[in-house]
Amino acid sequence: MGRYVARRLLQMIPVFIGSTLLVFSMMYALPGDPVRALAGEQAVDPVQIAAMKKELGLDLPLWHQYLNYLTGLFQGDFGTQIATQRPVAEEIARAFPITIRLALFAFVFTTVVGIAMGVFAGLKADMLRDRTLLLITLLLISVPSFVLGFLAQVFFAHQLGWVDPNVSPEAAWDELVLPAVVLGSLSLAYVARLTRTSVAENLRADYMRTAVAKGLPRRRIIGVHLLRNSMIPVVTFLGTDIGTLMGGAVVTEGIFNVQGVGNAVFQALRHREGSTVVGIVTLIVIVYLVASLLVDLLYAVLDPRIRYA
Amino acid sequence: MRGAKSAKWVAGAIVVALAATACGGGKDGDAASKEKGKPAGYVSVDVGEPQKPLIPADTNEQLGSYVIQSLFTQLLDFDAQGKIVYTNAESIKTTDSKVWTVTLKKGWKFHNGEEVTSESYINAWNWYANVKNKQQNAFWFEDIEGYADVHPEKGDPKSDKMSGLKAVDDHTFTITLSKPVPYFEYKLGYTTWAPLPKSFYADPKAFGQKPVGNGPYIFEKWDHKKLIRVKANPDYKGPNKAKNKGILFKNYATVEAAYQDLLSGNLDMIRQVGPKDLPKYKQDLGDRAIEQPYAAIQSLVPVFYSKTFKGINPKVLQGLSMAIDRETITKTVLNGTRKPATSFVPEGVAGKQDLGSDVFTYNPAKAKKMVAENGGIPGNKIWIQFNADGGHKEWVTAVCESIRNATGVECIPDAKPDFQTDLEARDNNQVKSMYRGGWVADYPVNANFMRELYSSTAEANNGRFSDKAVDAAFKKADNAKSLEESIKLYQDAEKLVLAKMPAIPLWEYKINGGHSEAVDNVTVDFHGDFNLSEVTVK
Repeated sequence: MGRYVARRLLQMIPVFIGSTLLVFSMMYALPGDPVRALAGEQAVDPVQIAAMKKELGLDLPLWHQYLNYLTGLFQGDFGTQIATQRPVAEEIARAFPITIRLALFAFVFTTVVGIAMGVFAGLKADMLRDRTLLLITLLLISVPSFVLGFLAQVFFAHQLGWVDPNVSPEAAWDELVLPAVVLGSLSLAYVARLTRTSVAENLRADYMRTAVAKGLPRRRIIGVHLLRNSMIPVVTFLGTDIGTLMGGAVVTEGIFNVQGVGNAVFQALRHREGSTVVGIVTLIVIVYLVASLLVDLLYAVLDPRIRYA
Repeated sequence: MRGAKSAKWVAGAIVVALAATACGGGKDGDAASKEKGKPAGYVSVDVGEPQKPLIPADTNEQLGSYVIQSLFTQLLDFDAQGKIVYTNAESIKTTDSKVWTVTLKKGWKFHNGEEVTSESYINAWNWYANVKNKQQNAFWFEDIEGYADVHPEKGDPKSDKMSGLKAVDDHTFTITLSKPVPYFEYKLGYTTWAPLPKSFYADPKAFGQKPVGNGPYIFEKWDHKKLIRVKANPDYKGPNKAKNKGILFKNYATVEAAYQDLLSGNLDMIRQVGPKDLPKYKQDLGDRAIEQPYAAIQSLVPVFYSKTFKGINPKVLQGLSMAIDRETITKTVLNGTRKPATSFVPEGVAGKQDLGSDVFTYNPAKAKKMVAENGGIPGNKIWIQFNADGGHKEWVTAVCESIRNATGVECIPDAKPDFQTDLEARDNNQVKSMYRGGWVADYPVNANFMRELYSSTAEANNGRFSDKAVDAAFKKADNAKSLEESIKLYQDAEKLVLAKMPAIPLWEYKINGGHSEAVDNVTVDFHGDFNLSEVTVK
């Protein structure tokens, strides 16, 4: 087990370097000069711009810039933003806690409600409640998240007045409930459907018949025997979903004015803040890698037949 | 029992992750105000994160300027009509437009208690202009004698002082220009000309995060990407003393989000309503909606190095101008956010005149004739370059449609993904035939809309328009004896510009904003910014 984890952790290093290099070269390849753009339509002094670029190391060739970036990164330095002249690490430290809170909220919502709905429907497959679930999830999957977001905003904030339409800059827990529900609803639909199918299928498995024949209480049959075996596809989905929830929430963040990671990457891209984009994307890559490692380890928990050595 | 063991391990990891995110989310502010984090008596406005540190000469974008304007006061300012109002200056005098004598009001202090003297201005301007300090707005000081010494075109500066700036005493100094500039006084109203306290020079970088000014507001805090808070300066002596207790400059992810907050009472003022809410904002806000034109103009700028427009007869460009149905497009596509242009200089700028020309009036029949009879357009095809991230696509498409229908010239919108790419193409002479140009007044005199845009040496002249007669007319106006004469000569020059058509003016900008029920007296200045110090809390 320990060796397996160590090996997986070591494997992350090339993935990490590869992905940063890829993102870095993409940013480099984008047209447009962030230093020049600071001046807008006003006059520019080319000498001054050249001096600023030199100071930021932006005049160097790609490989050299990347090398500088990596060297800095290993010393814990994420680089400096071009316009604000502040360290990128500050921006990351600002945006990540908000997004992590939002993602955790959405994740808990997805998991708890999704699995509950899935089990509820899967136990009586093809009955009315199963059909209802399929209809609801179909709706959630087909309605784009921004439509859902605006609807929720109009209904809960303006019509009912339960919440404020926007999340304040502090992004307190209670303000994040609505955006988290909207953000999590798409994954919720997938989780519910996956659980439902898996549960419906496993109900017919041999070990279920054995468990019933042994005279085990129904709660134990469903809670342990059935659920544990049905969770593997769901856990796989949830693992990759963490990364999506963290990085892909630009639209939902925009609607509810959440100043999180999605927004930060979007702004940084628009202003060609290369080091900010690479820094944040790198962290999201790490989140993905760690999440998938956790998922693999969870397999062993859920299914004792799976062993890692 | 392997499974159970690893479960513990995973659970441990999750606990660590949860603990790591539990920090943050603290609140401040009082309960009296509905708006979170806003002390009583303060007003809030949707002014997002300034692009750069808050140093007056390094800020030229609107958001940063807003904050700088609240913290610093220059020698003078402009009223709503664009007339000069002396703020920190007692008087500014000149006899020959070359040597200007500035007298400061006595008893003015920076927020740290230091007195504002001649040196506060002279040292600041010398620092701003120095090429080594890489200030964005350094070129604003180029009229001053000795600018070339501190900001040479190449190499290191020869001196760290401009010879044109001399202190007479603590409250009087003279500015000598390298040549007369009749409207120089107007330039002094730009935020870049702010004074600096001595503490600035010790650590400019730290100052940029925590500026100390001499303006109506005192800096309180800057939570990056969240808000900037300033409080009213009780000892302020200028005419624009704060009528509220302070300002919150709040950052929003989108204009739509800001508008939602305005409706729900979490924001007092919004600078611009987003396209989604424009059709209904007047209904929503009633008399709290603000719609007012300001001194800025949007044009189509032909590039004279392109195959399309090289050596073109200006009459063809006049024809294209007549082919654009400005009235309809501003009303429908732009939702009334712009006002059709009638000259090269917008309303609210000294020297704005009625050119008495039909070039700006939609006349498809005449447009077609003008284009056809004056040689037409090579390839019968034009491109309009614009940046796709600025909300221009809709009107560019409409303008193209209008040109195509009226003249039969094929017109193609040429989208660049963002402003950076758009600027790069302009700088490198890679525009195919025309680009979208926008210009907001730096100072409200017509020279700003003439010389800075169409003089052959102007750096913002990306159309590379070059005409000897126009250059000569600008030079003549610059050498005028008085401001009035200069404005008049620039008006003459504008008539010449109309004949040469270095750009097709489309429309003037309007501010479409609004305020909440909690505040009153929201007014707009000549370049479309709110006069924040005038705003009162109900």
